[in-house]
Amino acid sequence: MASPSRLASLLRDGRFVVTAELSSSNSADPEATWRRADVLRGSVDAINCTDNTGAHVHMSSLATAHLLVERGLEPIMQLTVRDRNRLALQADLLGAAALGVRNLVLMSGDDVTAGDHPEARRIYDIDSMQLLEVAAAMRDRGTYLSGRKLEQAPSFFIGAVENPFAPPLEFRPLRLQKKVRAGADFIQTQLVFDVPVFKRFMDLVGGLDLQRKVFIIPSIGIPRSARGARFMQQKVPGLHVPESLVNRLERTAPARQAEEGIQIAIELITAVREIPGIAGVHLIGIKWEEGVVQVAERAGLLPRPTLSPVATVGGRG
Amino acid sequence: MSVTERLVLAVEKPLKEAIWGCRMCGQCILHSTGLSCPMRCPKSLRNGPCGGVRANGNCEVDPDMRCVWVEAWEGSRRLPLWRDHIEHVQKPVDWRMQGSSSWINLLRGKDKMAPKGWEANGQP
Repeated sequence: MASPSRLASLLRDGRFVVTAELSSSNSADPEATWRRADVLRGSVDAINCTDNTGAHVHMSSLATAHLLVERGLEPIMQLTVRDRNRLALQADLLGAAALGVRNLVLMSGDDVTAGDHPEARRIYDIDSMQLLEVAAAMRDRGTYLSGRKLEQAPSFFIGAVENPFAPPLEFRPLRLQKKVRAGADFIQTQLVFDVPVFKRFMDLVGGLDLQRKVFIIPSIGIPRSARGARFMQQKVPGLHVPESLVNRLERTAPARQAEEGIQIAIELITAVREIPGIAGVHLIGIKWEEGVVQVAERAGLLPRPTLSPVATVGGRG
Repeated sequence: MSVTERLVLAVEKPLKEAIWGCRMCGQCILHSTGLSCPMRCPKSLRNGPCGGVRANGNCEVDPDMRCVWVEAWEGSRRLPLWRDHIEHVQKPVDWRMQGSSSWINLLRGKDKMAPKGWEANGQP
């Protein structure tokens, strides 16, 4: 179905897209969000707004996404099933549509025990797969999960996530297939640091003929320091960072580690671009939007294609 | 609760708890999950593992527990029947059925009932 998402238009047009994650805000001042987001302007096609990332509280992804729409930037709103039940999820999806949000990434979310409120009650009323179905039903059939009709169906470009590096490895491509069946239009993967493992995953995905049905966008991390890379390797759930990569940064003088991190990201982009079925890259520089811009530029991803973003801002359908 | 249901529960509950660590959701899908109860997952995920599974196959939340979906995948490969059911998209849990007998719900067809707006695209 036609969607006024600019990201969707670019992907369907066969362009290699670039998305990036925006650092989450802890400020009641919208300028803080805009300042960071403006760094990415012109260097990426759409910007992910995280939902209490790492189970730490931040400004809501819905509010962040709307702030981006206000400034003519295209958001991708992440939404987890960790903090909301099915009523709240649908309410936020419809609200997001009304506020001009077109792109979604729907996921389970890191567990509350990984975050700053480990004593909180986790919700998980429905799972990420079911949320994909719910969003697709709101869009395609114009109904809530209850069956009640919407007055106007939202127009969503629906994303999901997959982790090619977490066990059970052989099931991951089948789970991705389930997500496609449930309604996913595009996939952003977990951070790719280990290209051979990712390549094996993509071979299996190709065997299921999934690249023809869904746009697959691997995430590329930009490590800023050896310490940061070591932290990701040891502390972040679901991340697979090879020892050789951490060692490479540790061998680099501290003052040059950020530059080495950029170099690593560029090499990873070059490597994943050679894998068949890759539709773009998702760049993650943790609290480092300037790093994202440098990587985009030096990896030859600029300039970004111009395609009127007007259709994505406000309006219906 | 009827006498019949109480009698069935007296058998079903201890049996399934002992064998599968059953959480009595009342809408059993064990045959679709390689006989690994998905309600043991701290996130109650019914459609596959989250992205946080540790490299050794253990749970993100409880590092000493094997991920129920790692067990589900391995279990499903060993099943003579229903192997492909792990690929089905499972409907949302009806939390009202918690604690009721899934055997009776199965016989009455109650465990198949989904919200009106649910249309499982992944269900063949």
